[in-house]
Amino acid sequence: MPIELKMPALSPTMEEGTLAKWLVKEGDAVSSGDILAEIETDKATMEFEAIDEGTIAKILVPEGTDEVKVGTVIALIAEEGEDTSPSPLVGEGQPSEARQGEGSLQPAPPEMAQEPAAVPSPVAADAAPPSPVRGKGTSAPASDPDIPAGTEMVRTTLREALRDAMAEEMRADDRVFVMGEEVAEYQGAYKVTQGLLEEFGPRRVIDTPITEYGFAGVGTGAAMGGLKPIVEFMTFNFAMQAIDHIINSAGKTNYMSGGQMRCPIVFRGPNGAASRVAAQHSQNYGPWYASVPGLIVICPYSAADAKGLLKAAIRSEDPVVFLENELLYGQSFEVPALDDWVLPIGKARTVRSGNDVTIVSYSIGVGVALAAAEKLAEEGIEAEIIDLRTLRPLDTAAVLESLRRTNRVVVVEEGWPVCSIASEIVSVCMEQGFDDLDAPVTRVTNEDVPMPYAANLEKLALVDAAKVIKAVKAVCYR
Amino acid sequence: MARAATSKPAAPKPAPAKPPPRKSATPALARPAEPTRYKASKDQLLEFYRQMLLIRRFEEKAGQLYGLGLIGGFCHLYIGQEAVAVGLQSALDGDKDSVITGYRDHGHMLAYGLDPKTIMAELTGRAAGIARGKGGSMHMFSVEHRFYGGHGIVGAQVPLGTGLAFAHKYRKDGGVCLAYFGDGAANQGQVYEAFNMASLWKLPIIYVIENNHYAMGTSVHRSSAEDQLCRRGNSFRIPGLQIDGMDVLAVRGAAEVALEWVRGGKGPILLEFKTYRYRGHSMSDPAKYRSREEVQSVRDKSDPIEAVKRELEKAEVSEEAMKATDKEIKSIVAEAADFAEQSPEPDPAELYTDILVEGR
Repeated sequence: MPIELKMPALSPTMEEGTLAKWLVKEGDAVSSGDILAEIETDKATMEFEAIDEGTIAKILVPEGTDEVKVGTVIALIAEEGEDTSPSPLVGEGQPSEARQGEGSLQPAPPEMAQEPAAVPSPVAADAAPPSPVRGKGTSAPASDPDIPAGTEMVRTTLREALRDAMAEEMRADDRVFVMGEEVAEYQGAYKVTQGLLEEFGPRRVIDTPITEYGFAGVGTGAAMGGLKPIVEFMTFNFAMQAIDHIINSAGKTNYMSGGQMRCPIVFRGPNGAASRVAAQHSQNYGPWYASVPGLIVICPYSAADAKGLLKAAIRSEDPVVFLENELLYGQSFEVPALDDWVLPIGKARTVRSGNDVTIVSYSIGVGVALAAAEKLAEEGIEAEIIDLRTLRPLDTAAVLESLRRTNRVVVVEEGWPVCSIASEIVSVCMEQGFDDLDAPVTRVTNEDVPMPYAANLEKLALVDAAKVIKAVKAVCYR
Repeated sequence: MARAATSKPAAPKPAPAKPPPRKSATPALARPAEPTRYKASKDQLLEFYRQMLLIRRFEEKAGQLYGLGLIGGFCHLYIGQEAVAVGLQSALDGDKDSVITGYRDHGHMLAYGLDPKTIMAELTGRAAGIARGKGGSMHMFSVEHRFYGGHGIVGAQVPLGTGLAFAHKYRKDGGVCLAYFGDGAANQGQVYEAFNMASLWKLPIIYVIENNHYAMGTSVHRSSAEDQLCRRGNSFRIPGLQIDGMDVLAVRGAAEVALEWVRGGKGPILLEFKTYRYRGHSMSDPAKYRSREEVQSVRDKSDPIEAVKRELEKAEVSEEAMKATDKEIKSIVAEAADFAEQSPEPDPAELYTDILVEGR
């Protein structure tokens, strides 16, 4: 049997890539460690090495092929003495069984992989044709008041949008600089800072040692000294080492100094569950930081929101915790082609209109909610989806206004249930919207467990559309 | 890899070969010149005396007000350590240098010439306090004077100060940051994270360890494997000096050397001052971990203010001049205490101000 060479996953979240170049041809003998091909992901070009010895029997995916799904058989290697003709069982480009199941590990894929074709485009509500899901009985599609009508929309990944936001603000203000692990020469662990070193040089794009507590403190001190640092954490899991400076130094000093000591700093990086990285690397810190007066906490879903809000965060005179999501970095969204796209901090956005139930969410949960809403619409339930975007200060007015119309609220949060943003929304609805409620406000969150590694358990632990649909039906008494 | 000579393919040689002469991987640590005692003019001496006496009397008064219940919470007095703040800060350029410290901060503020009234009013939690009554003893700031606090978390000021130094270098403003911490903070991991970056990036910062021998109730010898704290920068190629912190002229002499080093672009330097606090760690500390005799012996033999007095006598400053200073200080402190007692408390509306700069 020839050995099947499959499109490798080069990161925990990679789903597909480009087979940029074959470095071997059919008939070549290869041995373990030989570089067979170059594969481009959305982050980097990686070399693909042989693990087995043999002869390249057949190249099934030619070089230059885009969007090769992880697990697709791309070539066959014949072992010594084997016939080198391809096995008839393997079809060209067919994904192997083994990897196919993994596409559904996360709340994002496969629902979000289809975004925005099947899901209302989160930002370009005006520009995109109305989605069929916004059918009868719903109000007009939510328009985002922040985009002037007729603005050109550009497909942009979340990763690029964040980079563009930083680059634009760095061009505009010399006080702005970026520091963190691997942000400069490596171009960012998740490639969010790609190209910044080239444009701005090592004075303003600074690689730090692996020393979160230290560099969070140095950044905070630099902000106190009048600069505008952007401190990147490789993930917010590692910011636990630095949380003292985020809260005690950055968050409290303005108050403690009677308004003298400003700390205009942005702490940013990926937050929330990634994929198959287990408990210490999968956690949503939104509720932690959002409980601290003195901090601003932003947690965007779409690329347009991420760009507009990161620019606002960098301009803010206050310390901002800016929570991104690794699983969304490679997702593309419509971003308005405006010279200076800045969004207001503290304002939620209605990403889908509906009159039957309000689904409140943020970050990757918005994608889950959109997928659920689409299915619910097929059953005649029109959900309104509110993306909080900013977790502190929370736009409670937007939630309450929607509640007044739908009389039902479900909160979707990719995070733990206890002391969560969801808990906070429940309290707000109880205290300020009690008379509008026709059903208990319901939380749909991750399970109350440390994130397990096993694929099936991880899937069970995370929020998904099915859980949202169940909760929505319950509050609608259906 | 500095030592690999790869230009010539190495011919096989009979082993064992002598290791090739290599450029030392650890070139000797550059060190500044040994500091000498500062030669102060008569006026400078009198000014040192004045400032140290102000700190002493101010702190004694703060202790009294604490006893009366006018000052609450934690209150860490600087009595005994006056020579350090005065000797160092007298050497700074107030127009560009910055200072940051921990929670034992009253002395450092006074040495920076900040108004004793607003400091005392902060201690009593009044609206006229330097932080409008919202910071208290441990959290005082004057951005106008480049005094960046006043930080309550042990050791936090070290990376923060390193950040201030980063800002000096980034802006090329010629300023130096002076970051104080104690022998207790010297065991915090974040201190060494900051040392590493400061040295790597050659930041203009003077790290000052005020070694008063006790981290709250634990002596340096019981808490520090390397109790010669001036060596704590060695692993980061930061030179250290150990100086008598009870002698304001020795302190000022060290400040001169350190400033020359740092302003010369050589990166950080570490100064360890051996000093002593006469009072407990805070007002609620019964200080059972040391004997009365020990404290009395330091007071008798090493008091920094008595030492300046002797210098003044040597310089033939008249007793009248010293007495006039004593009187002046007494009235300044009394006035500060009156002000702090009589000023109104903050308006209740202040509860919700200054949480964010941009009100949301």
